[in-house]
Amino acid sequence: MLAASCCDRRMCVCPGPRRIAIPVRSSRLPLLSDAMPAPAHLFPLIRNCEISRIGSTACYCHHRHLCCLSSHFAHSHFRYAPQKKFAALYRPKEHFNHFIHTRDYASTPQRFYLTPSQVNSILKANEYSFKVPEFDGKNVSSVLGFDSNQLPANAPIEDRRSAATCLQTRGMLLGVFDGHAGCACAQAVSERLFYYIAVSLLPHETLLEIENAVESGRALLPILQWHKHPNDYFSKEASKLYFNSLRTYWQELIDLNSGETTDVREALINAFKRLDNDISLEAQVGDPNSFLNYLVLRVAFSGATACVAHVDGVDLHIANTGDSRAMLGVQEEDGSWSAVNLSYDHNAQNEREVERVKMEHPKSEEKSLVKQDRLLGLLMPFRAFGDVKFKWSIELQKRVVESGPDQLNDNEYTKFIPPNYHTPPYLTAEPEVIHHRLRPQDKFLVLATDGLWETMHRQDVARIVGEYLTGVHHQQPIAVGGYKVTLGQMHGLLTERRARISSVFEDQNAATHLIRHAVGNNEFGTVDHERLSKMLSLPEELARMYRDDITIIVVQFNSHVIGAYQDEEL
Amino acid sequence: MFLRLLSDIQWRAAHPTWRRMTSSQRSSSTTAEPQPVALPAQAQVVICGGGVMGTSVAYHLSKMGWKDIVLLEQGRLAAGTTRFCAGIVSAARPMSIELKMAHYSNKLYQQLEQETGVQTGYMKTGSISLAQTQDRLISLKRIASSLNVMGIPCEIISPKKVLQLHPLINIHDLVGAMYVPEDALVSSANVSLALATAASRNGVQIHERTCVSHVTIQKGRVTGVETDRGRIQCEYFVNCAGQWAYELGHSGEEPVHIPLHACEHFYLLTHPLKEPLSSSLPTIVDPDGRIYIRNWQGGILSGGFEKNPKPLFTEGRNQLEIQNLQEDWDHFGPLLSALLRRMPGLESLQIMQLVNCPESFTPDMRCIMGESPTARGYFVLAGMNSAGISYGGGAGKYLAEWIVNGYPSENVWPLDLKRFGTLQSSRTFLRHRVMEVMPLMYDLKVPRWDFQTGRQLRTSPLYDRLDAQGARWMEKHGFERVKYFVPPGNDLLDLDHSKTFYKPDWFDIVGSEVKCCKEAVCVIDMSSFTKFEISSTGDQALESLQYLFSNDLDVPVGHVVHTGMLNENGGYENDCSIARLSKRSFFMISPTDQQVHCWTWLKNHLPDDSNLVLEDVTWKYTALNLIGPRAVDVLSELSYAPMTAEHFPSLFCKEMSVGYANGIRVMSITHTGEPGFVLYIPIEYALHVYNEVMNMGQKYGIRNAGYYALRSLRIEKFFAFWGQDLDAFTTPMECGREFQVKLDKGMEFLGQEVLLEQKQNGVYKRFTMFILEDHDTDMDLWPWWGEPIFRNGRYVGKTTSSAYSYTLERHVCLGFVHHFDEQTGEKLVVTTDFINQGEYEIDIAGQRFQAKAKLYPFSSLFTQRRRKDEGVDLTSEC
Repeated sequence: MLAASCCDRRMCVCPGPRRIAIPVRSSRLPLLSDAMPAPAHLFPLIRNCEISRIGSTACYCHHRHLCCLSSHFAHSHFRYAPQKKFAALYRPKEHFNHFIHTRDYASTPQRFYLTPSQVNSILKANEYSFKVPEFDGKNVSSVLGFDSNQLPANAPIEDRRSAATCLQTRGMLLGVFDGHAGCACAQAVSERLFYYIAVSLLPHETLLEIENAVESGRALLPILQWHKHPNDYFSKEASKLYFNSLRTYWQELIDLNSGETTDVREALINAFKRLDNDISLEAQVGDPNSFLNYLVLRVAFSGATACVAHVDGVDLHIANTGDSRAMLGVQEEDGSWSAVNLSYDHNAQNEREVERVKMEHPKSEEKSLVKQDRLLGLLMPFRAFGDVKFKWSIELQKRVVESGPDQLNDNEYTKFIPPNYHTPPYLTAEPEVIHHRLRPQDKFLVLATDGLWETMHRQDVARIVGEYLTGVHHQQPIAVGGYKVTLGQMHGLLTERRARISSVFEDQNAATHLIRHAVGNNEFGTVDHERLSKMLSLPEELARMYRDDITIIVVQFNSHVIGAYQDEEL
Repeated sequence: MFLRLLSDIQWRAAHPTWRRMTSSQRSSSTTAEPQPVALPAQAQVVICGGGVMGTSVAYHLSKMGWKDIVLLEQGRLAAGTTRFCAGIVSAARPMSIELKMAHYSNKLYQQLEQETGVQTGYMKTGSISLAQTQDRLISLKRIASSLNVMGIPCEIISPKKVLQLHPLINIHDLVGAMYVPEDALVSSANVSLALATAASRNGVQIHERTCVSHVTIQKGRVTGVETDRGRIQCEYFVNCAGQWAYELGHSGEEPVHIPLHACEHFYLLTHPLKEPLSSSLPTIVDPDGRIYIRNWQGGILSGGFEKNPKPLFTEGRNQLEIQNLQEDWDHFGPLLSALLRRMPGLESLQIMQLVNCPESFTPDMRCIMGESPTARGYFVLAGMNSAGISYGGGAGKYLAEWIVNGYPSENVWPLDLKRFGTLQSSRTFLRHRVMEVMPLMYDLKVPRWDFQTGRQLRTSPLYDRLDAQGARWMEKHGFERVKYFVPPGNDLLDLDHSKTFYKPDWFDIVGSEVKCCKEAVCVIDMSSFTKFEISSTGDQALESLQYLFSNDLDVPVGHVVHTGMLNENGGYENDCSIARLSKRSFFMISPTDQQVHCWTWLKNHLPDDSNLVLEDVTWKYTALNLIGPRAVDVLSELSYAPMTAEHFPSLFCKEMSVGYANGIRVMSITHTGEPGFVLYIPIEYALHVYNEVMNMGQKYGIRNAGYYALRSLRIEKFFAFWGQDLDAFTTPMECGREFQVKLDKGMEFLGQEVLLEQKQNGVYKRFTMFILEDHDTDMDLWPWWGEPIFRNGRYVGKTTSSAYSYTLERHVCLGFVHHFDEQTGEKLVVTTDFINQGEYEIDIAGQRFQAKAKLYPFSSLFTQRRRKDEGVDLTSEC
């Protein structure tokens, strides 16, 4: 776990006081230095563009991963040099030689290919589908259902997902959570956030009713109906603790009773902030149960981003904290697919975000706030749950760590204070909320952690999911017309189009289909089984270098219902 | 680009004024059309369709001296499938009649340019059919054998030789190939225009842009044609409307059913290679890759027959000419892969166009020609299964002969429209069937394959019972018939999927069925046979039948007569068994596929007399054939009537009760030469009688059997079968059936003169039975039919059917032996001595096996009390 957290690309803390990174570094150096062919042999598609493309992706990964080791090294060797090298490595024979070579040095595990059915069983292990039940043959909800899936790269996976239907109010909640420095925070948020949102949305009377029921020991009104994959677990031990925090929240809401109707945007923001606050408080207060005590500390010291959608009729709200992303798939009149972003990434690439952070801190810190595209040079997302290292004062951190359990005390990472840490908090869990009125042409929503978005462009995502969901592969018929096309080119094109169609039929789940593409796509935007097989058979310790955890929820909208809403309004 | 080819030709569109048009005028003539020449009010023949078929019929009719002919084309001449046709003229066809048509077409096209002055683009390139598997090579060798005996040069060559003939071919996956050096390429549109030009010169009037709306038929005869430009009275109408033939047939009040359906067909045209391909480079057919490749203007033209064809126009025509059909590259993908695999060097060749050219296909992959069974004078020539240009010349010739003489000069029964009835005319059936037929073009066709689509249309009431007992089915004229019964415990899947030219896996199964027929009793459901009843108030029935049949039908009531229904030339139009039910009514049994043909023949020849009734009762009766020495026991126990030979002699018919069911027509015939009975059961009793027979038969070892057993039994006894061995060009004298001809029956009958003449002067071919002598049933290729027969090393004929005789433990082939003059090739009289004094060999896919010829069957096979272990002496007779 130490190694994992140390090497997490979000949280680069290798220059820590203990030389904890050294064994890791030495074990990986040979692979990296010698062998930039490593990725090459992994992707033996003998095409120039492909190699350079994969090369650059792979290098990018390395670079991001290793910047903490030596940014100079990473930049000079990995980002630029390999591409040239690859160009020279064009001949397949050399590839082969290099492969042998690499194997010797890096002791890469045996090269074996997964069969298509093995690939499928890996891809489908976590898939989950939910169809909104129909009444009298009609689905009156604006949501037809959703498909979700996740593919681990970290061991264990640090992504989480949640989906639930609000039972006391209308609407459906869906969210993806990308944890870092462990999965504890993402796990906690995935269990708790929707309750906080649901409670925030509840009218005063219902809150009173619930409180009275708890008070008198009566059965509680169910608030949420969860749609969970068997692997999506809830922590039993902490449920009492979590419930108490939640109850305190609604009691406060009852006391506050503003009498106003609940605004979804406000409810979402309040819920996010409140939950983050509770996480922080629980860690400060601690728990007499040592297991729980350790748990709440791990939750608080790890972090998680969240991207949550609330769909109620034609009103779609996206609350986003961090760098997961929500994207709307829109079908244009000509049948083609386009993508509309419904969230902003909170990271260094978002100028407004950088501005915001700078505004919140004295001018003197301007230079140290964002370094190497990271918050304080360490953290990639600029907003997150947990991560109290970026929120608490130094004194508080020291106090909590010292009084905490030994495990925590011994952990170099938790002890380590970020550099230039002058005016906490540097991090917030407050989400940015975007509201969108659904139109009949809005066919689906994709919520996904950055593992997807760093491999695929949203436009491709829109097209692949769109084609998948409509079942019609709007592949324009090819017409040669006056163009100069050779038989060979045409053959390549046709083979690729066939592959695209055949991969659709393998999947019953849109999210699975998208993952298949994200991991297996070749330069044509089609799934290459060999590549897919190799990516999925990477050993645990290597997987994280080539890809991130990917979690996807694809929500499909009911255009008829949405159209009817519109008509009513007209 | 075909348009450009077309436009090079100066073309006269209407008689008698030549309309000379330059190419530019022609291409821009759509608006500034000269006033069309008025249609004539009447003509002897109206041909609809200006493709290669229509023009070929017009050409041949006018050659034969008929002048009063009008050809109507809805668009432009040669504008339909003909325009897009790939233009390959190849004689490499498995069926002998198709081969003859293609051979004739080739010779015709070769001299057409000289005859008409129209450039036809004829180029003798030869063709190479590639084999990627040994089985494919066997099928090619079979074709090569029949080409060689036709005098068409043809050889089986090695892959290396292929490379010498065509340098671009990847030969690494080939096991061999067949080279036909005389196959040719033509521009099909120009061939059609040349034929039209010649016809026009001979007086045929050609009218373009004239659309036939329907054909008027009165009293079963064609009387005229309605067009969008007026009416033409005519005696004969020829439907050469290609893929629109079906619709045109249905447009009138009395539909003419022409079962064909169009499928999209794609081929690719490329720009020339850097080093343009020579125009004499042979055409490549790679059936295992499902493609053909020919040289085309320095580049290539390549198309194929994909596994997943796209049928079109199921709902009918929605356009006038075949224009603007979409190219579908995704559909063409697999064929393109095959092309690049065959010629990897073409990767960098630039695409010019993917042409979508619909082709029409028929339910049995054979073209359709002949006269409509319902309308006299209504002829059809269509459904070319994408070989239109290969067949064009020959098919046009045969049809013209048919119109002029009343019959063509070759046996075209396999192509006769009358092999189909209304039952093959359903659009759904056709759509499904052609989707199977089109891939079959290049599928490996092993002996006794059956169509899988359009099945279970006509079934016996016992179908489910038999199916549950392991029946394996084949189809004949839409009727499901049992091939054999798979005993419980056998791996059924295995049996259904094995395809081989060698000993089939049903060998032992059929063997045990045959054994049971010989030693105990078997039941075969023979309900598919065509059954007619002819009755009259007076003697009309007898008189008419006496004229139509060669045997004497004036027999006592209750007798069954085997007889031929002959044409004027003494040839078999049908071969049937006729039972005299009463003084004035007859019951007639003929082969399954005779339903339409025999009906038409009788209708056309019976006097128009309301007191004479002809009825098709096929559907009324289920026929159970009880074969075997114990059949008599089963039947007598079930009917409490003595069935022994004294009481129920052979060739006898009687209505009796079987079980509880009364009125069962029992005949002492089996169609096999074995003892037994056929029960004609009114269908509502069928299940009852079957159950009774099976229950009662148990103690006699009864079992179900199928047609394969029947076939083996009849062939070993030298029983000829109409449609396989007998045809309209075979007389009873030629197949040893003089005993079925009563020249002295006291009245004239059809064909009598010819038969008399043959009796006096002898015959020019003789039906002979061959027993293969050095053939190893387990190891050698099996004969099927169509294998050349050699006498003293010289070709004398072909086999017509063959089967393994489980009794003789030899293969038996039946076929006709001719006597060709060694110098002139002229046909000479075949004498018994000629047959008996020869050394015979049968050529199976190029390998010759010694055969013993016999003119009479082994009498030992007919001995009822034949002892089990009595050996059969092959030399004991004849």
